[in-house]
Amino acid sequence: MESTSARVVSLPEDEELQPWEGAGRLGSAEYAQPGDVEEVRPKWGNPLQFLLACVSYAVGLGNVWRFPYLCQMYGGGSFLVPYVIMLIVEGMPLLYLELAVGQRMRQGSIGAWRTISPYLSGVGIASLVVSFLVSVYYNVINTWAIWYFFHSFQDPLPWSVCPLNSNRTGYDEECEKASSTQYFWYRKTLNISPSIQENGGVQWEPALCLTLAWLIVYLCILRGTESTGKVVYFTASMPYCVLIIYLVRGLTLHGATNGLAYMFTPKMEQLANPKAWINAATQIFFSLGLGCGGLIAFASYNEPSNDCQKHAIIVSIINSTTAIFASIVTFSIYGFKATFNYENCLNKVILLLTNSFDLEDGFLTASNLEEVKSYLASTYPDKYSAVFPHMRNCSLESELSTAVQGTGLAFIVYTEAIKNMEVSQLWSVLYFFMLLMLGMGSMVGTGTAILTPLTDSKRISSFLPKEAISGLVCLVSCAIGMVFTMEAGNYWFDIFNDYAATLSLLLIVLVETVAVCYVYGLKRFESDLRAMTGRTLNWYWKAMWVFVSPLLIIGLFIFYLSDYILTGTLQYQAWDAAQGHVVTKDYPTYALAVIGLLVAASTMCIPLVALGTFVTRHFKNREKFLVS
Amino acid sequence: MFWPLFFLVTAVHAELCHPDAENAFKVRLSIRTALGDKAYVWDTDEEYLFRALVAFSMRKVPNRETTEISHVLLCNVTQRVSFWFVVTDSSRNHTLPAAEVQSAIRMNRNRINNAFFLDDHTLEFLKISSTLAPPTDPSVPIWIIVFGVIFCIVVVAIALLVLSGIRQRRRNNKGHPGVEEAEDKCENIITIENGIPCDPLDTKGGHTNDGFLREDERLTPL
Repeated sequence: MESTSARVVSLPEDEELQPWEGAGRLGSAEYAQPGDVEEVRPKWGNPLQFLLACVSYAVGLGNVWRFPYLCQMYGGGSFLVPYVIMLIVEGMPLLYLELAVGQRMRQGSIGAWRTISPYLSGVGIASLVVSFLVSVYYNVINTWAIWYFFHSFQDPLPWSVCPLNSNRTGYDEECEKASSTQYFWYRKTLNISPSIQENGGVQWEPALCLTLAWLIVYLCILRGTESTGKVVYFTASMPYCVLIIYLVRGLTLHGATNGLAYMFTPKMEQLANPKAWINAATQIFFSLGLGCGGLIAFASYNEPSNDCQKHAIIVSIINSTTAIFASIVTFSIYGFKATFNYENCLNKVILLLTNSFDLEDGFLTASNLEEVKSYLASTYPDKYSAVFPHMRNCSLESELSTAVQGTGLAFIVYTEAIKNMEVSQLWSVLYFFMLLMLGMGSMVGTGTAILTPLTDSKRISSFLPKEAISGLVCLVSCAIGMVFTMEAGNYWFDIFNDYAATLSLLLIVLVETVAVCYVYGLKRFESDLRAMTGRTLNWYWKAMWVFVSPLLIIGLFIFYLSDYILTGTLQYQAWDAAQGHVVTKDYPTYALAVIGLLVAASTMCIPLVALGTFVTRHFKNREKFLVS
Repeated sequence: MFWPLFFLVTAVHAELCHPDAENAFKVRLSIRTALGDKAYVWDTDEEYLFRALVAFSMRKVPNRETTEISHVLLCNVTQRVSFWFVVTDSSRNHTLPAAEVQSAIRMNRNRINNAFFLDDHTLEFLKISSTLAPPTDPSVPIWIIVFGVIFCIVVVAIALLVLSGIRQRRRNNKGHPGVEEAEDKCENIITIENGIPCDPLDTKGGHTNDGFLREDERLTPL
């Protein structure tokens, strides 16, 4: 795919060069004026690779495990209304903005924002820091997917049966109190400690899987766009194949229609709930991967004449459609699992009654259960009242309404449904392979977001070749990621997941939008785009960029801040092995300090670098003034 | 004349075998759950088979080789199907200790289950817990094998890519030494015109100018 047909010398770039003054020169698509000396930037082999790279980056685990949860919580079918509105008003404009910036500046995030204004190179650095933090913890999810994937090649599946206790007369106690899938997740996979203070040691099995995950990421990003361009054909298309297979299987499962009906019945009153709108906005924002620098990096490898408006619209529509598609699959699986559990519960009640009253075997069924219960209550009141406390109230509604998101959905609920399907090994292998593809696609994008600014920088790339830089980045991230393989690792993972990227990304994208519209100037950007692609900027994009999207982001930012402040102390869910379920605990002070550090590490880059640039320029000007 | 003997026997039977009697066990069968349409009816012949199997199990216990079918007493058969049973000794006055009966049933549980086409869940002896089959643990966990295979493939692929990258770079370096001082030495700059490199004529005398298409590509060979 490498289109470098000849080796061309690269001029060492003068750091003070003001390329925006030469913007007119980038007019012609080939920009080969005779005798010109140009640096050849690696390019995508064809525009399809760019499109698939963006799709692979945007379509990630959030589409599969967060959107169905939001759909369930905020009114089923009616959640689609705020979701689509936010997509049009917030998602598409911001995505187009990032792609346009990357394609215009033809550099990674640091270089691009430094080009717009030297005071704003902090934005690029903040993006780099956020991408680095995200990559460190995101690959741990791939580790777990790899672990489950390897364990799917067994019969029976290891999470379908509880292990026996020491004298082999019953099952392990923790497994009995919880369920076999929860036991496998909390005990066998994580080996979780009761609280975040008890660290335990690094465990070798997850550590091995983490190393393998990072090796796979290294393999994919090692050669830059040359390798990435080929990998994304695979990581973008495979998840859809698996989703289609699962859709067919899911819809034919017993009880799937219960789940689908429950999900899609719109609850219109949720439209009045502000949380529904806020969560729709947040989901669109984070799902597209805005602000991490990945989109800018991908677009920087484009031909300048590429129509990024079309691509922005296509990518955002594909992203949202995938989320809806994945939630159809998830809800058919939910329906199957809920029906299965409900029927199990009914069977247990039937067995209990049959045994206590010595009724004929097979006499009690689900249909006559209620009449028989009332008959028994009247005929044998004492015996019935003795049995009554042991009878669970079985309800299909309550089974369906257990809404789960995140790792709980992927590794506990789904595995519970899979173990009850026929040929469960095949379904398990397919499912975790899909999770791995989704995760790897996003990791490749995040890796590119980190590497592009580093390889663009002349100082670093003159010392080390591209392969060595990628290797170093992967090595450092893997070493830090070993924290998540300790016994308390999942608690630290939750900290990173909840706080490393949320506030920082909102701030970064806000500064980006303001920078392009007000610092660089919307008119100048518009003329750049026209010169580059030959198309005029639609009034819609201008209106969104200047007014609506910044206001939305400020609104989200205020909401998040007030949410954190109002809740007071931050809490987390810890697994209690003795009781077999999660309990809520407070974070210790050093964990709160880490949270503060995570948020500060990226957000503080912007003002600090601006201040630093201001100070150095001020001193340079004074020197010049004193010398002259 | 035999009536008093008959009443005596029934009275003794009732004394030894009744719910919650000493050394008595309750048995519960779920035939319809296990067999569905192929369920058989529980009648006295099935009871006879059961008693025979219990007697068979007891005979395997040392010192109890003389247990007869008539020593096994059943009572309180319900519709469920459930009933109580005891095993008496040869004198028919005492019941055998529960511990012996329990160990005998546990040893031969499989045979008893199979005779009735049932399993541990559908033929239950309350108070006699069945030993659960341990899961088979292969000597090397399977996941390590799969891990090893994928790990080796990935490492080999990385090594290939890195090595080919190094070889490519070495080849390019040999072709263009001294690339860093290029701004001053124009002979090392290759300009591109229409995508075709044109070498300046003064450095490499006698070479064809690739700016023109090579004529023999257009003409058909003779």
